[in-house]
Amino acid sequence: MIRFSKKIVNEIENHGEKTYPEECCGMLLGFSKNGIHFIEEVMRIDNSQDENRRRRFFITPEQYRQAEQLARDLKMELLGFYHSHPDHPAAPSAFDTDHALPWFTYIIISVKQGKAAAMTAWLLNEERTQFIERIIIVDPIPVSSSDRKFVHAPQ
Amino acid sequence: MSIKIFIPTPLRPYTEKQDTIEVEGKTVEEALKNLTSKYLPLQQHLYSEQGTLRSYINIYVNDSDIRYLSKEKTPVKETDSISIIPSIAGGVEVTEAEVEEDIQLSPEEILRYSRHLIIPEVGLNGQKKLKAASVLLIGAGGLGSPLALYLAAAGIGRIGIVDFDVVDETNLQRQIMHTTNDVGRSKLDSARESITGINPNVLVETYPFRLSSDNALDLLKDYDVIVDGTDNFPTRYLVNDACVLLGKPNVYGSIFRFDGQVTVFDSNRGPCYRCLYPTPPPPGLVPSCAEGGVLGVLPGIIGTLQALETIKLILHEGDPLIGRLVLFDALKFKFREFILKKNPDCPVCGIAPTIHQLKDYEQFCGIESPTKSKFNFDTPEITVAELKNRLDHGDDVTILDVREPNEYEIANLGGHLIPLGELPGRISELNPYKEIIVHCKSGGRSAKAVRFLMKSGFTNVKNLAGGIDAWSQQIDPLVPRY
Repeated sequence: MIRFSKKIVNEIENHGEKTYPEECCGMLLGFSKNGIHFIEEVMRIDNSQDENRRRRFFITPEQYRQAEQLARDLKMELLGFYHSHPDHPAAPSAFDTDHALPWFTYIIISVKQGKAAAMTAWLLNEERTQFIERIIIVDPIPVSSSDRKFVHAPQ
Repeated sequence: MSIKIFIPTPLRPYTEKQDTIEVEGKTVEEALKNLTSKYLPLQQHLYSEQGTLRSYINIYVNDSDIRYLSKEKTPVKETDSISIIPSIAGGVEVTEAEVEEDIQLSPEEILRYSRHLIIPEVGLNGQKKLKAASVLLIGAGGLGSPLALYLAAAGIGRIGIVDFDVVDETNLQRQIMHTTNDVGRSKLDSARESITGINPNVLVETYPFRLSSDNALDLLKDYDVIVDGTDNFPTRYLVNDACVLLGKPNVYGSIFRFDGQVTVFDSNRGPCYRCLYPTPPPPGLVPSCAEGGVLGVLPGIIGTLQALETIKLILHEGDPLIGRLVLFDALKFKFREFILKKNPDCPVCGIAPTIHQLKDYEQFCGIESPTKSKFNFDTPEITVAELKNRLDHGDDVTILDVREPNEYEIANLGGHLIPLGELPGRISELNPYKEIIVHCKSGGRSAKAVRFLMKSGFTNVKNLAGGIDAWSQQIDPLVPRY
């Protein structure tokens, strides 16, 4: 399960719409507890793919390093990445699976004709063979570190 | 000596949540080996099944990517730190040929495709996908023939063909879309006639020129699927690179004698031709069908398999032959399947590609293009007329035939037979003090032999221009042509 606020949803949607028809990408920051990822911040990353940005995104090792550093500076964890699928469903492609890491949450936002559509979240299985869809809970108000006591409280 | 290894967040669940692990090792390889033996589950996330580092795993020693150092052999010392840094990539599936609403089948087409329409996996929607699709065939020869005929019959809406050749008698043994009456005609004219004869609904577009770095991207970009039916390495690399750059699937087939290969290269979903063959073979090592021969039915088998995969790609049905190479041995009647993996270091489809545009593929494959070649200046030649003249005068020359024994049996000039491939090992059979005239079928292989002999110290060697073929045409029609 992953949880985040409406603000996070808006930020990812806005980013996907802004870069349309190209793919956008960014990092997910927050904290994890009992296997649940709480996303508190998202940060945009420039898509470093040289060509075919409509169908591919690429985050360089240097950008990745900076993402880890930023997480450390903010005293958060790097929980994963989001990217958009312009005019395609919000389902991971074989290419996504091939390039995925364990534990990370991968959020995919489908952007249809410039408008943000479905949003899904995924986790790579231990055998690395496929993605398992994660349940997204959108909290009406931002979850902050001080609200961590609500972790087990069903909404 | 212990080295610090930085572990990225997603791999920390396997290292008891530690972000830095100290291990022993004198090289990156040793250090990583010690790391994975300490934390076994890390192995599968860092390394592929083949034991190579995964494409998106980058290893840094201090601030340098080991790809630019000595790779995994990079030495490390106590003060160094190793970082495991993933690069993150992803994207959408290959664009589905979304069937436009306005694609309709006429009553004639419904009748024509009725055996397709009643298969659930094709149906009306699938048939419309075929009609909306466009396929570019590179080559209208042995593989191109069954491809064009079956794709046309299946109802592909638009078929493009690139070829600049003319039909000759030697084509008829396998290139079934050309007939005896077509000899001397352009292959494209003949192909258009055959396709339209089978299915007048197909729009045929013909390109009567050689595919090159200058025109490939422009030509390929307007087609959904590219089918490679060529017989030479420069064009294969050219087609591959253009397909990768454009993100198009490349349905690949090749044939030689009794053996065939078929696979689908789609760099969005699997490896490309360069992942399989990073560098071309030395020129002349792999004979073409013209040099080595091919059983006529073989391109029929491989070409129809390519047509099958093309149709599946368009329908989005079944498991495409992506990442799998099928070898067919006709003599043993065995199909063998090999798994192909994407090469992370692939210069065109890898994680950090270095090829961003098309280049000179003739040069890449070690072949000089005819216009730039200094061939005639380098390789001493003799014409068939000159040779005839000299033989008639009783000149003492050695005729060296560098063809294969079975070619020798079809026709020969009574020369000493040493096939080109055996020449280096049998060079002692030749007398370096005598004049040697080398020939093959049409002059290509013998030119290589002449250059080889000259390099080996022979000073009086000449290539018979046009080979035994020229001899038969100009001197002695009783020597059969083949």
